Amino acid sequence: MSTETLATALPADAVKIATDPSTEPFWQAARERRLVAPRCADCGTFRLPPSPFCPHCQSTAVDWTELSGRATVYTFTVVCGFPGLPDITLVPAVVDLPDAPGARLVTNVIDVDPADVSIGTELTVDFHPISDGWLLPVFRVADKEHA
Amino acid sequence: MARDTGVRDAAIAGIGATPYYKRGETADKSITRLAGEAILAACADAGVSVTDVDGLAFYSLARAGYGEQMEAGELVETLGVRELKFSAALTGGGGGSAGAIGLARAAIVAGDASVVVTVMALQQRTRLGTVVASKAVTPVSSFVQPSGLAGPGHLMSLLARRHMHVYGTTRDAFAEIAISTRQNAVSRPKARYREPLTREQYFSARMIADPLCLYDFCLESEGAVAIVTTSLERARDLRQPPVPVVAAAHGGTREWGRAFSWFGMPDDATFASSGNKPIADRLYQRAGITARDIDVALIYDHFTPMVLMQLEDYGFCEKGEGGPFVLSGAIRYTPERKPGNIAVNTHGGQLSEAYVIGATHIVEGVEQLRGTAVNQVAGAELALVTGGPSAIPNSGLILGRDR
Repeated sequence: MSTETLATALPADAVKIATDPSTEPFWQAARERRLVAPRCADCGTFRLPPSPFCPHCQSTAVDWTELSGRATVYTFTVVCGFPGLPDITLVPAVVDLPDAPGARLVTNVIDVDPADVSIGTELTVDFHPISDGWLLPVFRVADKEHA
Repeated sequence: MARDTGVRDAAIAGIGATPYYKRGETADKSITRLAGEAILAACADAGVSVTDVDGLAFYSLARAGYGEQMEAGELVETLGVRELKFSAALTGGGGGSAGAIGLARAAIVAGDASVVVTVMALQQRTRLGTVVASKAVTPVSSFVQPSGLAGPGHLMSLLARRHMHVYGTTRDAFAEIAISTRQNAVSRPKARYREPLTREQYFSARMIADPLCLYDFCLESEGAVAIVTTSLERARDLRQPPVPVVAAAHGGTREWGRAFSWFGMPDDATFASSGNKPIADRLYQRAGITARDIDVALIYDHFTPMVLMQLEDYGFCEKGEGGPFVLSGAIRYTPERKPGNIAVNTHGGQLSEAYVIGATHIVEGVEQLRGTAVNQVAGAELALVTGGPSAIPNSGLILGRDR
């Protein structure tokens, strides 16, 4: 594995986020290096991205649940280049969250040779600085013994 | 030959288009100029005066591509339309292309308007290939944009990868779609790319969003296309043989929803799909036919894997069998229909002719049913035209021959 090909996240100043009342608790928790997901307080269904209604029972009541930070690659792509960053290698991925069944995150697998990522790869969360002091949940390949 | 039981109350009477340009080449023209050229050409083709147009049925929210808006008032005023009585757009993006003809039909059947124009004019002042990265971030896009999924192809590469994993689909299948579509463009005077594409070229092309390479992406083109829809009765008195709307449908289910800005589609059969199956089921039910009765399929081809998944969703093969199906040669154009085969994108599609957000597929459907297509399927009676795959709404259209 050569260091040139290691996937990274976009640099902090290339990533901005916006929040609304439904999504802000997710980002506030990430700023504290905690991964959380909204769970319907009435029927227990998880959902991501955070949204105003539970699609299962239409309730607006939410329990913000702290997750273990473990995830599994559901699918991924390997992107070479981004506008303004022609040499960057990214591994954007859709991940399943074992302790928030039914909810998925769109994220990056970082510090990895893209050839070492496959569907089913076990991951653990990390937090990457982005603009305006926010932190972005990203994932690393889990240590085998802790996976 | 199938005797469909479709609606057949409205018909496409005219089609028109500008030349197709490379990205940036229409910079000296306004959207209204481009759209107007196509509208005037479509009216001339139909044999109606533009002053008689009384309805506009847009899609993609009347946006030109994903950027500028086409203003109904400006079009009406500058083209000299007397009175507009219907002006509406399907929500969503390219998913509504085929469905916009259904919207035109709705206006005609309701008696709101009688000569309805659908138009798409595309200028890429914002490059569509990286449109996700260039849009201002929203609370919802904050859950996709930071990952570096810069454009639609990047988003859909995630579905392609899952399809490969679950069903064993290989890049050879995507290559076959790119190569067979290019082959259809070779004989097309207006096509942007007319040189045959080889397997070697395909497999040595740069990867953009692995598993998608350059040739899995549609072209970066510009131009405008317009379609005139009217009642079947009126169309029979106009210049061209009418092409009746046999069935039209748009929408989608909760399991598909926002699709690529969500990625929560719950099961593999939905995630690794085009989201078009509910549309397909409704179309065939309304037309009283099955996929076997379709003579030519004009499938929205922004990215090759989405053609494969639509072939499954529209019932040309079983779910998951899209790879072996295309690799058998089943989508290759031949002048005579072969049992079990379906000629796909006989116009060269968005992969090789021009990308005008689905509108060229409607034009090709009309030419096939008039019997004037460059790559004519002999005796074609029914053509399928699809829109999307994108976030809801997706859409589909079955066009026929008058009888």
